Amino acid sequence: MNLGEINPILLIASLMVAATPLLLAAIGELVVEKAGVLNLGVEGMMIVGAISGFAVSVETGSPWLGFVAAAIGGALLSLLFVLLTQFALANQVASGLALTLFGLGLSALLGQSYVGIKPPSMGDIHIPVLSDLPVIGPILFQHDPILYVGIALTAGVWAMLKYTRAGLILRAVGENHDAAHALGYKVIRIRILAILFGGACAGLGGAYISLIRVPQWTEGMTAGVGWIALALVVFASWKPWRALLGAYLFGGITVLQLNLQAAGVAIPVEYLAMSPYIITILVLVILSADKSRAPASLGRIFHASH
Amino acid sequence: MTTPLLSLQGLTKAYPGVVANDHVSFDIAEGEVHALLGENGAGKSTLVKMIYGLVKPDSGTMLMRGQPYAPSEPRAARADGVAMVFQHFSLFDALNVAENIALGMENPPPMGDLAARIREVSENYGLPLDPYRTVGDLSAGERQRVEIIRCLLQDPKLLIMDEPTSVLTPQEVEILFETLKKLRSEGTSILYISHKLEEIRTLCDHATILRLGRNVGECTPSETSARDMAELMVGAVLQTPERAGRAFGPVALDVTGLSVPSPSEFGTALKNVHLTVRKGEVLGIGGVAGNGQDELLGALSGEILTTADAIKFNGQPIGRLGPTARRKLGVLTAPEERLGHAAAPNMTLTENALLTGSVRENLETRGFLKWSEARVFAERIIKSFDVRTPGPENAARSLSGGNLQKFVIGREVLQNPEVLVVNQPTWGVDAAAAAAIRQAILDLAAQGTAVVCISQDLDELMEISDSFAALNEGRLSAPRPTASLTVEEIGLMMGGAHGMEVAHV
Repeated sequence: MNLGEINPILLIASLMVAATPLLLAAIGELVVEKAGVLNLGVEGMMIVGAISGFAVSVETGSPWLGFVAAAIGGALLSLLFVLLTQFALANQVASGLALTLFGLGLSALLGQSYVGIKPPSMGDIHIPVLSDLPVIGPILFQHDPILYVGIALTAGVWAMLKYTRAGLILRAVGENHDAAHALGYKVIRIRILAILFGGACAGLGGAYISLIRVPQWTEGMTAGVGWIALALVVFASWKPWRALLGAYLFGGITVLQLNLQAAGVAIPVEYLAMSPYIITILVLVILSADKSRAPASLGRIFHASH
Repeated sequence: MTTPLLSLQGLTKAYPGVVANDHVSFDIAEGEVHALLGENGAGKSTLVKMIYGLVKPDSGTMLMRGQPYAPSEPRAARADGVAMVFQHFSLFDALNVAENIALGMENPPPMGDLAARIREVSENYGLPLDPYRTVGDLSAGERQRVEIIRCLLQDPKLLIMDEPTSVLTPQEVEILFETLKKLRSEGTSILYISHKLEEIRTLCDHATILRLGRNVGECTPSETSARDMAELMVGAVLQTPERAGRAFGPVALDVTGLSVPSPSEFGTALKNVHLTVRKGEVLGIGGVAGNGQDELLGALSGEILTTADAIKFNGQPIGRLGPTARRKLGVLTAPEERLGHAAAPNMTLTENALLTGSVRENLETRGFLKWSEARVFAERIIKSFDVRTPGPENAARSLSGGNLQKFVIGREVLQNPEVLVVNQPTWGVDAAAAAAIRQAILDLAAQGTAVVCISQDLDELMEISDSFAALNEGRLSAPRPTASLTVEEIGLMMGGAHGMEVAHV
């Protein structure tokens, strides 16, 4: 065992990378749930995003086009959820579970010829001065662009929900869809847009795993991150910054336990592997003890009737 | 004659199986408070939904100041100066007052300016309201203020109010009326929907009466008696509940020194309550809402357990018995809150009939349910109490408030209780149905049932009760025979002048 082998700077830097897929998926799902829709298909949308992004960037050689394709792929799959829940008025829980199973199967089919290929690399950004700072430079300013997109998205969603009229209407629809309808807001349209946004975010998160974090394609490579994202939204009390905190906590412990494993700590590997899940949920449960609660219309089917 | 603000001409709207409005025509003048009267299901709500653009008429036209007016959606109606305060508030609990108001406006100013405007308007019209409070924490009266201020901020020409007083305390009603009178004096027209005739007589300039979707008459409320208006509404001569002179039997329900803390954080604890009800007697309990009514009902129904001797039924202590055990003995209750307390909203009427009727009506054997008998029981309730519903397989939620009220009261009455406790038995029910419910309660008493009727409607209590007591901050005044009471005495009892009772504090 040699704890001295763990480099704290690299550890913190890789924490952010480990957290980004989770953060992207969670922020998307947060918007969906704020609009009153419970989409349990995050895992499925992520894995479809992962293979769409991987395939397109391999074929075109451009990781940027890959991420665009991933967002479109995730959104397209969520369109299936839209059809089921917003037009056919199907149960959201069952539809979401079906979406995950469908996404896992579809991605395996699409990805058959991509196993073992290495995707084009995106490269890290380099900002003069900032990136060259000791300690802070490698931790904060030497990452790939998508990681910053994730943080910007968090800030954007937070500001949108808190300060804009669009955000207010979105929250109103999630809170009481009948009242929103009575006031003349287009409940279904707003929900469709939110679901598509959630799908695109989940797709980005998936592609981040296949193009940057790992980077290669294997079946089922999202490995439950979509489910953690769902739990994260709840335990973050539907607050964007808390979701970011939770994601970094989860990412941090994931990276730490990998380092500890590598350093040969005398704790059974299984305990280390489960630690991120337990610790993240524990911390967020404690944080969510305040009185914030779920959007009141969450998971309820809206049917306009007079 | 001047052009009316809004003129409705031959509005017709049919739904599958029912014509909600059949060629309804009337005019609303500028600066007039116009009442729209009708029983539950007379088509009032459909009519105002057409004016507010939520429903499109099948035929007929509307003219606003002589110009064609056909709003395609609420937004268009609001743009034309029509605002509406809904019966079931269309508010968002998790948002604050200012956010709720911003949602109802087309072009809301920035939050800071809006908050200042809300403060200004709310003080102008005597409706104090803090723009930053969360709506979920507000009382019913305050929530209604939010809706009214939301409307007022848009300077409406026509304000539609759908049964605005059904959830308000008498004090809140007075404040509301002051506001409405002020609005009228400023030239705003108000379409006021209600079936409370006395309110309409004090407030409204003109009334249109709907029955079964048709305009059956107009009148000037201040010159028409409440009884005449009620008969126009019902289309028949109204039956005043009859109270036959009866001899009371032995004491059926005896409550002594009942003190219980309230189960809810904001409730009122009961403090040393004494009451006795004899067989055949109706005890009316008045008082302003929130003075321990819910707790008293809970203690009598068995939802709140007390010391065994505090409540006795025919001399037998029942304070430690739960609701089912008490039902078996014959102590039945009908709580005030229809959806969620008296009835399970998403269950069918048959299932709801089973829920309280299974013990006394023998609707189960060894834990298995007798569905056909339950159905027959539900149909019996629907038939005897004229509950308007397609059938017992409909969910309780789908019934209008008044119809569901008839169902939950009827369900208890038909089980032949020994003691019946009801809270607000005619809340939100139209005049004819209210009369039927009161008559059923009196008939029950005539057969020897001891009845406790908790209500905020003093007229109702005077009409049906033999003795009267008032709840004030969890204390019950000593019951007095109703016949000898004057209005002043009642007022004093409700205000807390309990004579000797005060000494028990």
